[in-house]
Amino acid sequence: MIAVNRLRTTLTRSGIAMLAVVAMAACGDDGSDGTPSTDSTDSPDSPDSPDCGPAATVPTGGGDAGDTVTLVAYESFPTDAENPAVAALAAFTASTGIAVDILIAGDTGTMLSKATLTAGNPEGDVMWGVDNSFLSRAISACVFEPYEAAGLADLPTEFTGLVPDHHATPVDFGDVCVNYDIAALEAAGVEPPTSFDDLLKPEYSGMLVVENPATSSPGLAFLMGTVAQFGEDAWADYWSQLADNDVLVVDGWSQAYYEAFSWAGGDRPLVVSYGSSPPFEVLYAAEPLAAAPTGVAEQTCVRQVEFAGILRGTERLGAAQQLVDFLASPEFQREVALNLFVFPVHPDVELDQAFVDYAAIPESPLSLDPAVIDARREEWIEEWTRLVPGS
Amino acid sequence: MDRGVDASRARKLTSARANRLPTWFRVAVAAPPAVFLTLFYVWPFATLVVRGLSGPDALDVLSRQRTWEVLWFTTWQAAASTALTVLVGLAPAWATARYEFPGRRLLLSTLTAVFVLPTVVIGAAMIAVLPADLERSVWAILAAHVVFNLAVVVRTVGTTWAVIPTDLEHAARTLGATPWRTFRLVTLPVLMPAIAAAASIVFLFTFTSFGVVRVLGGARHATLEVEVWRRATQLGDIAGASTLALLQLLALAAVVMWGSAVQRRTATTLDGHADRRTRPTGRLRWQVGSAAALCALIVAVPLLALVERSFWQGDRYSLAGWRSLGNNEIRPGLQLGIDPLGALWRSITTAAWATVFALCIGTVAVIAISTLGRRSGKVLDTGLMLPLGTSAVTIGFGMLITFDRDPVDWRSSWWLVPVGHALVATPFVVRNSMAVVRSQPIDQRHAAATLGAAPLRAWASTTLPALRRPLATGAGLAAAISLGEFGATSFLSRSGAETLPIAIDRLLGRTGRLFQAQAFALSTILAVATIVLVVAIDAGGDRARRS
Repeated sequence: MIAVNRLRTTLTRSGIAMLAVVAMAACGDDGSDGTPSTDSTDSPDSPDSPDCGPAATVPTGGGDAGDTVTLVAYESFPTDAENPAVAALAAFTASTGIAVDILIAGDTGTMLSKATLTAGNPEGDVMWGVDNSFLSRAISACVFEPYEAAGLADLPTEFTGLVPDHHATPVDFGDVCVNYDIAALEAAGVEPPTSFDDLLKPEYSGMLVVENPATSSPGLAFLMGTVAQFGEDAWADYWSQLADNDVLVVDGWSQAYYEAFSWAGGDRPLVVSYGSSPPFEVLYAAEPLAAAPTGVAEQTCVRQVEFAGILRGTERLGAAQQLVDFLASPEFQREVALNLFVFPVHPDVELDQAFVDYAAIPESPLSLDPAVIDARREEWIEEWTRLVPGS
Repeated sequence: MDRGVDASRARKLTSARANRLPTWFRVAVAAPPAVFLTLFYVWPFATLVVRGLSGPDALDVLSRQRTWEVLWFTTWQAAASTALTVLVGLAPAWATARYEFPGRRLLLSTLTAVFVLPTVVIGAAMIAVLPADLERSVWAILAAHVVFNLAVVVRTVGTTWAVIPTDLEHAARTLGATPWRTFRLVTLPVLMPAIAAAASIVFLFTFTSFGVVRVLGGARHATLEVEVWRRATQLGDIAGASTLALLQLLALAAVVMWGSAVQRRTATTLDGHADRRTRPTGRLRWQVGSAAALCALIVAVPLLALVERSFWQGDRYSLAGWRSLGNNEIRPGLQLGIDPLGALWRSITTAAWATVFALCIGTVAVIAISTLGRRSGKVLDTGLMLPLGTSAVTIGFGMLITFDRDPVDWRSSWWLVPVGHALVATPFVVRNSMAVVRSQPIDQRHAAATLGAAPLRAWASTTLPALRRPLATGAGLAAAISLGEFGATSFLSRSGAETLPIAIDRLLGRTGRLFQAQAFALSTILAVATIVLVVAIDAGGDRARRS
C-alpha cells in the first residue's frame, strides 16, 4: 500500500504537466466537437423552437406488435402489476401487442436532468410526468420529439394551449398545497394553518416538510406559489423566515409524504403535497374512515399540469406514439385520479365520489405566467438554495 | 529516493541496442494505450475545456455570487481539514515511527484501509457516528476528511520521523531544553518538509472532495466538484458546469504549484537510517499508548458505527435492513427506483470489467514503456498518470458531453462506466509493474541474448514472468478503485443501472429508517469488500518481499 501513497505523492507533481497538456489540447482543438452552436443542449435559455436535429422519419401511428416501449416515470408512479393504472397499461399491451416497461428515474427534477443529459439517446421511449414549471426546460433541451396525440382535440384548451407545438401532451393536473395531519395538529393543540403567512407562526415551528425545488416538481410548484403570492421581490424574505421556523427539506414528494409526514409515519404534521391527497387517504385507509384524516390549506394551492412526451431518439417511435395516444385516452385517464392522486385532463372521465367529497379544487389557485417561470426559474432555485439550509 | 538508480538502469536497458526489439513490435504495443488515453481522456478533457471557455456563459458563471461562495467554501474547508488532519496525525506518527508496541502494524494497516475506502462509505460512517443535528454540517465534513486522510500524515511524517537521529534530540535535552522546546526547535524543523508534503496532498484531496460532501453537505455546502455535478445533473446547465470545472482546474494548478514551491523551499536532506524502534518505557508508555489508542478510536469507531446502524431500526435492532435488500418498495406498489441487490451485482460486474480493461491496457502499456525509447516511454508513462491527477467529476463529465453524438454516442453502452474506472485504475497497474521491470537485472536479458535468443524471445522469457505478481496487485487495486468510484459514475450511470456507491448515496438521502439501514448495510458490504482486497494485496506484497 505504500505504493499507493507514493503514487499519490507523485500526482501532485504531475499536476503541472497536466496543465500543459490541457493548454495544448485547447489550442489544438478544432472546435468541431465542442462549439455550442452545433448542439442546442448548450443553450437551455432559449425556449422557442430549439433546433433539435433532424426530425424522426417513422410514419405516424406505425408500431409493431412485439415491440417493448419503456415508460420513464417519476418515483411516485405505481409499478405494482395489480395497480389499476399498471393494469390499464397491460390492457394496452393486450390490444396492441406493445409491451410497456416502467423505468423509475427518481423525482421529477432528477428524471428531467437525466433526460437532458441523455437527450437524443434516451433511457426510455416515453416520459410521464414533466409538469408546466419544468416543461420549458425539457423543450429547450430537446428532450422531446413533437407529436400530436390522436385524441388531443378532445382535451380542454386550457391544457393544450400550454404546448402549442405539441412537444408533449397534457395528461393530468392537480394542485400543490400544504396538507395537514388533523389528529397530529389536534394532539399538539394548534389549529390547522390556512395561508402561507400562517406557516411562519411559532406554533408551526418544526412542523413543515417541503420538497427541494431543484429536484422535485411539487417543490418547485410550491416555490412558484410563494413567488406568485409575495411577488418577485418579497418571496425570498418569506423563505428565510420559513427557514428560521425550522422547515425540513427533502428531495422528492414520496420521501416528504411517506417518510416525513406524520400521517404516514414521520414526525412532521405539515407537508407540501397535492389537493387530492385527502381523498386518497379515505379511499386507501386500512379501516373505513368517515372523514378525511388530512386536510388542505386551500390558500396555498398552486395549479400544476403534467405532460407525457416522446423521448427524442427513440427507436420505437410508432409504438411510443401509440402509448402517448393511450395515456391521453379516457381508458387510462380513468385511472389517474385514484392511482396517481391527480385529476384527469380528459373531460369525459367522471371522478370518484370520494374525490368530489374530499379533494380540494380551489376556485382560484395561484399560478405564474409560463414566460416568467421560464426566464427566472434557475435564478429562483439558486436563490432558494442559498436561503434554505439542508436537503 | 532510488529514482536515480532506476533511471540509470532504465538507460542501460534501452541503450543496449543489440537487444532492441523490432520497430513494428514497439509501435504495435504503444498504439493501444496511446489510443485509449487519447480517445477516453484527452479528447473529453479538451471538449470540456473548450466548452467551459466558450460563449458568454463563462463570464456569466464568474459573475454569480454563488460561484465565489462555493470557491470560498471549497478553499476554507480544505484548509481547515488539512490543519486538523496534521494536528491529529502528528502524535500517532511519532508513536508509530519511534516505538514498537502491540498492534502497531494493525493500526497502520487499518489507517491505510480507511484511506482506500470509498468516499461514500466514509460519508455514511460519519452519519452513523454523529448525532443527528451534526450529521449534515461542516463539522461532519471536516471530521470525515480527518478520518479519511489520517493515513497520509501518519505515514508520510512517520517515515521521516523514523530517520531523525535521536542523538540530536538527546543533545538538546542534555543542554537543558524542555521536551516541548526540543520538539519545536530541533524536531519540527526537520519534520517540516514531510509535514508540508503530507499537508499538500491532504489539501489536494479535500479541495476536490466529492463523495463526502455529496453525502454530508446537503444543499448548502458544496465544493466546486459538487457544484459542477449539481449544475450539470440537477439544473441541466452544461455550459455553467464546464466553466466551473475549468475554474477548479485553475485553482488546483495554483495549489499544486504553490505546494511544490513550498516543498522545494523547505527541502532538507536527511542522511540517516531508521534507528530500531524501541519499546516505550515509563511515562512514555502511557503517552505512546494514548496516542495510538486515540488514533485507533478515530478510524475504527465510525466503521463500527456503520455496522451497528445497519441493524438499527430506530427503536430496536433487527435484520430488516439486510433482509430487505432485495426489495425497494416505499409502499406496496410504489417503488423507490433503486434495487440494492441489483446495485451490488452491477458493481461486481463493473469492477470485473474495469479490472480486465485496466489489466489489458496496463500490461500493454508496461511493455510499451519498457521497450520504447526513454523519451517516448516517459511521455506515455506520464500520460497514463494524468487521469489519476484529474478530478473524477471532470473525467465523468467530460466523457458524458463528448460521447453524446454519432458516431461516438456511447452514453447507453454498458462498457462506458468500466472504461471510466479503468482510466483511473490503469496507472496503478502500470506503476506497480514498472517498478519490477526497472529493477530487473539487465544481465538476465544479456544472458538470454548471448545464448542466442532473438530479442523478442529473450524479452518474453525474462520480463514477462516477473510481471505476474505486480499485475495481480494492480488488478486488486483496480477492482477496489472501481468498487468505490463515485465521481465519474455519478455522471455516467443510467437509471436502473446504479452501482453500489450511487445506490448508497440515494438511500442515505431518504428519511425512512429502513432505507437508512439498507444504506448502512450496503456500505458495510462495500467496506468489507475493499478491506479484503487491500489486505489481500498487502499479504501478496509481503510474500513477494519474503521470497
